[in-house]
Amino acid sequence: MTRQDNPGQRTVVVGVGNEFRRDDGAGPEVIARLRALQPGDASLSGVTLALSDGEPGRMIDLWEGARLAVVIDAVQDTTMPPGHRYQLAVDAVSGVADGAASSHSVGLGDTVELARVLGRLPARLTVLAVVGRDFGFGTDLTPEVAAAVGELVGQVREIVR
Amino acid sequence: MSHKTDRTLVVRALARVEGEGAMHVRVRGGAVEDVRLEIYEPPRFFEAFLRGRRHTEPPDITARICGICPVAYQMSACLAIEAACGIEVSAPVADLRRLLYCGEWIESHALHIYLLHAPDFLGYASALDLAREGRGRGLVERGLALKKAGNAIMELVGGRAIHPVNVRVGGFYRAPARTEMAALAEKLRVALDLALDTVVWAAGFEFPDFHHDHEMLALVTPGQYAIDRGTVASTGGLTFAPAEFEDYVIEEQVPHSTALHARLAGRGRYLTGPTARYTLSGQWLSPVARQAADAAGLGAECRNPFRSILVRAVEVVYAVEEALRLIERYEPPAPCHLEVPPRAAVGHAATEAPRGVLFHRYAIDAAGLITSARIVPPTSQNQASIEDDLRRFVADRLDLDDQQLTRQCEQAIRNYDPCISCSTHFLDLTVDRG
Repeated sequence: MTRQDNPGQRTVVVGVGNEFRRDDGAGPEVIARLRALQPGDASLSGVTLALSDGEPGRMIDLWEGARLAVVIDAVQDTTMPPGHRYQLAVDAVSGVADGAASSHSVGLGDTVELARVLGRLPARLTVLAVVGRDFGFGTDLTPEVAAAVGELVGQVREIVR
Repeated sequence: MSHKTDRTLVVRALARVEGEGAMHVRVRGGAVEDVRLEIYEPPRFFEAFLRGRRHTEPPDITARICGICPVAYQMSACLAIEAACGIEVSAPVADLRRLLYCGEWIESHALHIYLLHAPDFLGYASALDLAREGRGRGLVERGLALKKAGNAIMELVGGRAIHPVNVRVGGFYRAPARTEMAALAEKLRVALDLALDTVVWAAGFEFPDFHHDHEMLALVTPGQYAIDRGTVASTGGLTFAPAEFEDYVIEEQVPHSTALHARLAGRGRYLTGPTARYTLSGQWLSPVARQAADAAGLGAECRNPFRSILVRAVEVVYAVEEALRLIERYEPPAPCHLEVPPRAAVGHAATEAPRGVLFHRYAIDAAGLITSARIVPPTSQNQASIEDDLRRFVADRLDLDDQQLTRQCEQAIRNYDPCISCSTHFLDLTVDRG
């Protein structure tokens, strides 16, 4: 039985963002690269790779019942330089990824907390956040964030291994 | 409590609207001097981005304008391009499109009702706070379950819940099998009960006594509640084809916004969206939806924007019923799409996005490349009416302190479910009392 066949063993990786809003497209770009790697990469075998615009209902549906969920999102953060990466572990019992301020209308922190209140968090949730510089209209990542995407791909492969 | 005659209120990051934007209210000498809704418009970016693209690409590209209403963008885009190319899809393909659109209405309205708007009426700061309360958790669960029924339609017909990939100019890449539709119908039958419960629940809310006199505009398809097609009609007696949209709707630059403000030529501001649809097409709701509306106390028209939550709830009942009706008679269309060879022409279309009329116009050259595109989303059409509502709403409530006034302004803005994702970047609210 693969991880995908058994819901309790399911691993899901979710890229959050909008690829038409420059650095907000970091999450989707990581998913695109993971999809390209997946056929020949044992660490990604059976892993569900998904995109999200951060809308809380669909996000919760994606990770509910999973053994492990990894969420990749770009964040606005003036305290750290663009391209800086955060890794936040969220415990199903103890709570919220503080500081995971999403660039979307309903923050990732609120979505995580809503899922916790509803008892619909995955067993383990890891948030990988990258600090973006430009969230204006455009289809290309800024150089700092583009460089971080490669690192994020490696991080995801390590986490799901 | 503030009784200053000149004051400024500032609210940063208006919550629970789709996306972000800015709102400024200025009060001078005890009177509302100015209300401005600041908008930065993605559609303008996409219009430029579409030039030079192939005529088959707009459904996929414009779907990215909004995560909440991608189907609306896809449908208006497909219809406009097909109109340019002189193609009309078969009735079964049109029905499948309408089914997909029902999924989007259910999903979008359920999100707005439960996660964004209801907390205002129940005295909670957010859906999260509502979910933390005893009965509130069940309500949020019901909203998410209802929304999931919409997702299920989007996933089966659209190929996935976000930014559907099964839609193409001329129809669909793949038509679902009847067995797949039967499984979907089971979910929708459960959702119908949830939708009816939602109407009863929302009918119990306390609605501020507030009415507008805006001219209301929506698509109309006599005999059927308009979703995926129709003639444009208004409560002021206007009737025109989508191809004439730009003759009747004038967009103008306003100093405080990068968005264009829409008005009806020679007439002024107008309102599109659920209450306009309900007012112009309420007689064509399905019997169950009509009964639910009557029992909830909705009359022949709805001019209280706070009651829009009730209209959305009725529209969810209609969308679930309509989806069941379409599934009942479903036969996979064969072929599931027509080839749409390009020709040098201009095509127009309008459909009813969850938030109102969404107009697209494309000019295509003989090689099939787009030479110009125009997208008019509902939120930018409603800006002037939202500002007018706010102006009158604030004028009647100047005795409230800044915090209360700001909170009520936010609720008033949420009445319109502004899809700021479609039409703006940041939504901060500033109330300036001097």
